Amino acid sequence: MSILKKIMTAVRGGAREMGELVVDANGTRIFEQEIKDAQAHLQKAKHDLTDVMAKQMQASRQVKTLQGEIAEHEAYVTQALDKGDENLALEIAEKISQLEVDLAEQQQVHDTFANHVTRLKVLVKKTERQIKDYERQLSMVKTTESVQKASAAITDNFSSSNSKILSAKDSLDRIKKRQQDNFDRLAAAEELESENSDKSLSDKMKAAGIGEETTNASSVLDRIKAKRS
Amino acid sequence: MNTRDLALRISDFSSFEGYQFDCQPIPGDTEVLQITLTDYEELPAFVSVTDTQILCITYLFTQDEVRSGSKAEMMEEMLELNIPMPLSSFAKLGDRYVIFGALAINSSIEDICHEIITLTENAVESIDALEEFLI
Repeated sequence: MSILKKIMTAVRGGAREMGELVVDANGTRIFEQEIKDAQAHLQKAKHDLTDVMAKQMQASRQVKTLQGEIAEHEAYVTQALDKGDENLALEIAEKISQLEVDLAEQQQVHDTFANHVTRLKVLVKKTERQIKDYERQLSMVKTTESVQKASAAITDNFSSSNSKILSAKDSLDRIKKRQQDNFDRLAAAEELESENSDKSLSDKMKAAGIGEETTNASSVLDRIKAKRS
Repeated sequence: MNTRDLALRISDFSSFEGYQFDCQPIPGDTEVLQITLTDYEELPAFVSVTDTQILCITYLFTQDEVRSGSKAEMMEEMLELNIPMPLSSFAKLGDRYVIFGALAINSSIEDICHEIITLTENAVESIDALEEFLI
């Protein structure tokens, strides 16, 4: 059964202690052991692979050498025939047939190694995928475990500190109210600021004799005089 | 990185993206860090570190707070909101609905701070959005 399915079954079953059902320490240990085994397996496969690849390279070099020798001796046969020495040509040809037997053997060795390399490469890839898969499953198990323990710790902390968990609506109201308060404070500060700047402007205007003039005795007298006449 | 490293490194930031952090370790089997942002004290983010990831969880509400009969509709709504909501997803832990974000274990401290801020903002937004389903 897949790990996710196990976790789901445990949750449906209303398991309070899901840890015990799904992620018992034993289960986790088995998983970790399987990963370790797979890693050892992979290590060995990689080691074997490098060995076999080295042997394949050797065989391949051998094949090339033999091919070179055969070509060389074929040239000698031609030279012997050119000189009319039929016997020598035959002798060289015999040597070539010997070399060809060696070549066929070496070629077979090389092919065997090549097959082996291919098989080991597939095995390495498969093992690597297997390990990744185990690790993914282990991480799911461990995360479930960790979240359970974390939420237990959080709940304990709430109850021990006697702090009642607010309902979501109350929390939201308080946060919104605080945001509104902050906003109001900011607005008030801005208003104050602008009032101050208004006042300083009017002070400056007054000093410069611009805008509304303050009444003084002489202006009052002037006004009354004007009414009389 | 464990939760203690994380707490120290977050405390080094006096503020990040305009927020201040308050870090408090919670004792228990697994170490959990409670991280609150100023002005969002009611919705703390709980951060725990596993072998492979850093998990940040914020509790939204309990199932008792869901208006009776509207659970299915609310869950549909949550599924619809999951993708548009940046970096966080809805989930359930026991009898609590939560939102959470998971980060790779080698995330930078800036990424983690950004995640926590986004998570908290998403928590406020999602309670606001789901308010009609709540008592």
